[in-house]
Parts: sequence; structure tokens; C-alpha cells
Amino acid sequence: MSILSQAYTWINLKFLLEGLGVTLEVSLISIVLSFVIGLLLGVIRYVGIKYFSAIVGFIIDIIRNLPLLLIIFFTYFALPKTGLRMSPLSASIAALVVFESAMLAEIVRSGIIAVDPGQMEGARANGMTYWQAMWYIILPQALLKMIPPLVSQFISLIKDTSLATIIVLPELLYRAQIIYGQDTRYMLPMYFMIAVMYFIVCFALSLVAKRMEKKFG
Amino acid sequence: MSKWFKKVLIAVVPLFLLTVLAACGQKQTDNVYQRTKSAKKIVWGVKADTRLFGLMNVKNGDIEGFDVDLAKAITKQMYGKDAQAEFIQTTAKTKVPLLKNGNIDAVAAAMTITDKRKKIIDYTQPYFGAGQSLLVKKGSPIKAVRDLNKAGTKVMAVKGTTAVDNIHKFAPKAKVLELDDYAQSFTALKSGQGVAMTTDNGILYGIAKENPDYEVVGGTFTNEPYGLAVDKGQTEMRAHIDKALDQLQANGTYSRLVEKWFGGIPGFDVKEVEQP
Amino acid sequence: MISVLTNNWSTLLTGFGNTLLSSVIALVFSLVIGSAFAIMETVPSKVARVIAHTYIEIFRNIPLLVITMFFYVVIPQYVAPMTGFAAGTVGLTLYTSSFIAETVRAGIQAVDIGQMEGARSNGMTYWQAMRYIILPQAFRLVIPPLGNQFINLIKNSSVLAFVAGFDLMYQGDALASATFDTFNTYLVVGVFYLVLTLPLSYYMRHLEKKLV
Repeated sequence: MSILSQAYTWINLKFLLEGLGVTLEVSLISIVLSFVIGLLLGVIRYVGIKYFSAIVGFIIDIIRNLPLLLIIFFTYFALPKTGLRMSPLSASIAALVVFESAMLAEIVRSGIIAVDPGQMEGARANGMTYWQAMWYIILPQALLKMIPPLVSQFISLIKDTSLATIIVLPELLYRAQIIYGQDTRYMLPMYFMIAVMYFIVCFALSLVAKRMEKKFG
Repeated sequence: MSKWFKKVLIAVVPLFLLTVLAACGQKQTDNVYQRTKSAKKIVWGVKADTRLFGLMNVKNGDIEGFDVDLAKAITKQMYGKDAQAEFIQTTAKTKVPLLKNGNIDAVAAAMTITDKRKKIIDYTQPYFGAGQSLLVKKGSPIKAVRDLNKAGTKVMAVKGTTAVDNIHKFAPKAKVLELDDYAQSFTALKSGQGVAMTTDNGILYGIAKENPDYEVVGGTFTNEPYGLAVDKGQTEMRAHIDKALDQLQANGTYSRLVEKWFGGIPGFDVKEVEQP
Repeated sequence: MISVLTNNWSTLLTGFGNTLLSSVIALVFSLVIGSAFAIMETVPSKVARVIAHTYIEIFRNIPLLVITMFFYVVIPQYVAPMTGFAAGTVGLTLYTSSFIAETVRAGIQAVDIGQMEGARSNGMTYWQAMRYIILPQAFRLVIPPLGNQFINLIKNSSVLAFVAGFDLMYQGDALASATFDTFNTYLVVGVFYLVLTLPLSYYMRHLEKKLV
């Protein structure tokens, strides 16, 4: 028992909670940026601009099929060789955004496909241009359909942020390691505590996703 | 089938494009000495997971250790009492990239001077005489590095450190498990992933001090002088750090710091440290 | 880039082999475990459903890296020794099985409910109907999403790098740390991963289109 009370001092818990704050901050910034970029890429891929869409689609496929860890390494350890300098915080966000926007582009594309194709024709028959129909008729419906997978993707992102511990981003897992690095008896209590923290955040979000799925699905 | 196969082939093209792009990328260099002098601030890369050299204090987030104190003293010696030393945590894996990226101005992170690293960064004079040693559980049959030279023996070391190469040299039959930092390595030792952990003696004594079930054995089997480092070509910065080191040695500050951090460690020879 | 490849061919190939081995082992076990929990989620027994649900939610909502580190550093201290490769593969199995369970459950539920009733009224037991009528159809439906899970598995196997699992990422990273040639090394490692994942992903997309 005494080990637990030593491990879970307020100082240590506060140190961890600040780490959870960093995790959530990085995830939130990344999901917002990835959503914007992913939306753009998904639409580009869907509409089929000659060559351009194919190239964009192809780059998306490459990024989607690489391990995120490799993208993090590449961003932080290899890109500086080209003159692009980043702190661990911005490198983490950049790597997550590159990876997530490729994932979201696919979600956007399938969301658009899932909207009845007859609607585009109907809108155009009523005098709308292609882009007007896309913006006012197709995208709003596609976005509603995308909300549940978007939330799931956000959950993945929160979990994936833990990989950035390797480039010394002071997030939750990194801080747990700092604490048990000073006294290795805290290892089990620390892993238990951060597992609980991740679980609470991600599980709560997954409940939200389920509820939305019922509402919009 | 053939359609997606074709796409696979084209996959390689953007990758090559990236390579070309990288080759064209020009990195602009600035004069770190002039910049830090006018800002009166040096950003140091230090360890945050290494007792005695640089360890983060969970209470306030400060990093404490010999390297940190020395870097503070050098900063003040160079730019005056009101100069500021800022500390960024690095690991064995991240310190060189951070220096090359320009995220930090200089490194004070228990880093051995090696010929391989000299090709990409510049070192000051050695400031600390260390040597590689072994940390084992008390009562372990491992007494010296030669005991490791058996097939199936696993030894923990940190990725990107000289310790990895040295074990390949001194105990070629042993398998080295490379982990990302000292905390991970010690954790792995404690978990029984291998029979010993190896790195420089100063770092190992720091761990043994807090974990009385473990001990440093076999003395040192290499000579690992630590140097402070700046990016390649920052000769002005390097010269001024060297000068500050000389002055700190002459006025006794250096000895005082060595005594403060390493004076009370049993089995550790302070004289060895001071003559790297 | 070519010199990275030629100088370190055997190291990288060993890593590639370990990545593949770990992914395949984890795939087989997570398919078995995942399907078992998926069936448990659909049986009439409430206790079974709660157990399955708890398992799935726990492993879905904790980062893979945390699960893996737990097996690498905590389990050996209290239970049994475990190499990095084993810890990584176990972590991958548990994590992936929770996703596979969800996929297979969705497949089972997508098969018309009327079929279960029909089979049972024709004298089959619940398990016979499950085994011969429902599951074969469910699995056909979920092949593309399972394929995507396998791709994720290969990508996720890079966590072995954190626990000295001697996989592709570990070997590549050790190489990059030793030579400082990060750029080319990571590019080569990326190509190795793409050789596995990209064809699989196009093949799955092809299958998906065929099934629709």
C-alpha cells in the first residue's frame, strides 16, 4: 500500500495530468488541422481532376500505408536535413497532421460516395453549378455521415500521440517514464494510472461516437 | 490485378522526388556565438533521465545535475551574471539532431567525444573523464566485461551511444538490446531482459545510488572523455566555451561542482574525472 | 539511398522478416481471439456479452504502445520473462483482437437475423446454425475490413522498435542512429513497409468493389 501512496502523490499526479493536457492539446490541434486538409484532399480525390487527383490520391495511399512512427521519425530526424527545423511539439503535430489528413481524406471520399449520386444530378438539373451542388447539397450530407468515423479517428489520434514520447514530447507516457525512471518501483502504478487516464478519455469519446452513429447513421 | 500492380510501381516515384528535393535543400548557417552573446542566453541540450548529470525534478519540472550546473556556470562566465541558461531535455537519440536543427545552441549531456561524431559536430575540450562499465544485480555471476562474451548473453545499452559499439568489440558474442534511454534500459535490466546494463560509469553510479540492489562491477574498460558540443562550423562558439571552461577550472568552480555531485559516491574516483 | 540498401541488406532483411513474422503471428491469434469475443457479444447470455464487451473496450481504448510497454517492463517483474519480440507481439495481438472483434461482430449482425430463426426452425441447434449458416456468410462480408486490419497490424508492428523487438523499424532506427544518415535510411525503411502494405491495400479496395 505504501508504494501506491508514494507513487500517487499529488505532485506526481499533477505532473501526469499536465502530460494528459499536452496529449489532448496536440490531438485537438492535429484533428482540426487534419480535418481541413483531409476535407480538401478528399474532395480533390473524389472529383477527379485529370492527373492531379490521381497524383494526390497516390500520395494519400502512400502515407496511409506507412507506420505513423516512421512518419514521426522522418519529420523530426530527417526533415531537418532539408532545412526544416521543428521543436518536438511542432514536429509531433506536423507528423500527426500529415498522417491523419491522409486517413481523413479517405473518410471524406467515402462519405461523399455514400450520398445518393442522384442528388448531384437533381441539383444540377435545377440550375446549380457542379461546385455549388457540391458545397450546398452534397458536402453537408456527407459531413453528417462522417461524424462517427471522425470521432473514432480522433480517438486513434489521442492514442497515437503516445508515439511522440520518442521525440521527447512531454505527453502522458513520457511523463510516466520520467516518474518511474527516478524510482522503478513506481512502474506498475504509473502504467496502471496512465492506462486509466487514456481509457477514461477514449471510452467517453467512443460513447459519444456511438450516440452520434444512432442519430446520424 | 495488373492495375493496382502498376500503381505500386509508380509509388516509388514520389519518394525519389522527395530525395531530390532534400538534396537541393540548402541549410543556412548562423553564427551561434554572436546570436547568444547579444541575447545573453544560451539554450543547452541536457539529459532529463540521468541522475547526477541531468534529471528532471517532478515537483517543478526543473532539470538538475552536474551538466546543468556546469552549463549554467559557463553561460554566466561567458556573458555575465545576468546571462540566462535555458535547458531543453534531450535523449541519447535526439541530442545530435536537435543540435543540427538549431533547436539548441550547445549540448551538455554526458556525451563522449568520438571520431565518428566529430565528423558532424564540434567538441570542446574534454570536461569529464568517464569510462564504460557494467551495472548488474547484486550477486550476479557477471564480474567483468569478459563474462558477457557468451552466446545468448543479453546486455542493455542505449541506442546511438558508444556503449553499443564497445560491447561489440569487447564481448562480440553478447547480444545488445538497444533501448531509447537510460530509464528504459534500467527498467529492462530490472525486468530481467538481460544480465547487465552498460554505459559510462558516472551514469551507472547514479542509478546504483538510488537502487541499492544493483552494483557497478568490473571497473572501466574504455576511456570515454565527455565533451560539450556545438554544431559543425561554430568555431567561435566553441572557442569561447573552451575559454570559459579554462577560467572555471582556474577559479575552482569546476572542482567545486565535481565535488558537489560526485564527492560522496562510493567507488567513484573524483581525480579520474578531473583529468579526462 | 541505394548505398543504404546495399550496405545493410541483411540487417534490413532480418528486420523485415521479424516484422512479417510478428504481424502474421499476431494476425492468427487476434483472428481467433477476436472472433471468439465477437461471437460472445452476439450470444443470448448476458454474462458472456458483458465479459466480451469489457475486453473489447479495454483494449480498444488504451494506446498500443502502453499495452506493449506494460508487457515488456511490468509483466517480467511479476509473472514471467518476456523478450521484446514476444511483448510486442502479445501487445499487437490484444490490441488488434479488440478491433477484429468489432469487425466480425458487425459482420455477424449484418447477416439477416431471419436466417438464424430459419435454421433453428429446421432443427439446427444455436451453435450449428452459427457454425454452418451465419459465420461463413459473416466472414465473407468482413474480408475487406479484416484485410485493412492486417494492414494496420503491419504498420502498428513498428512499436516493436520501442522494446528492442528487432523488427524493421528497430533495425532501421539503429542504423540511422549509428550512421546519422537519417534521411535515406528512413526512406528505405518506408519502401520496405510499402512493399507489404500498398499492394495489400489496393487488393482490399479491389475486393471491396467486387463485393458491393
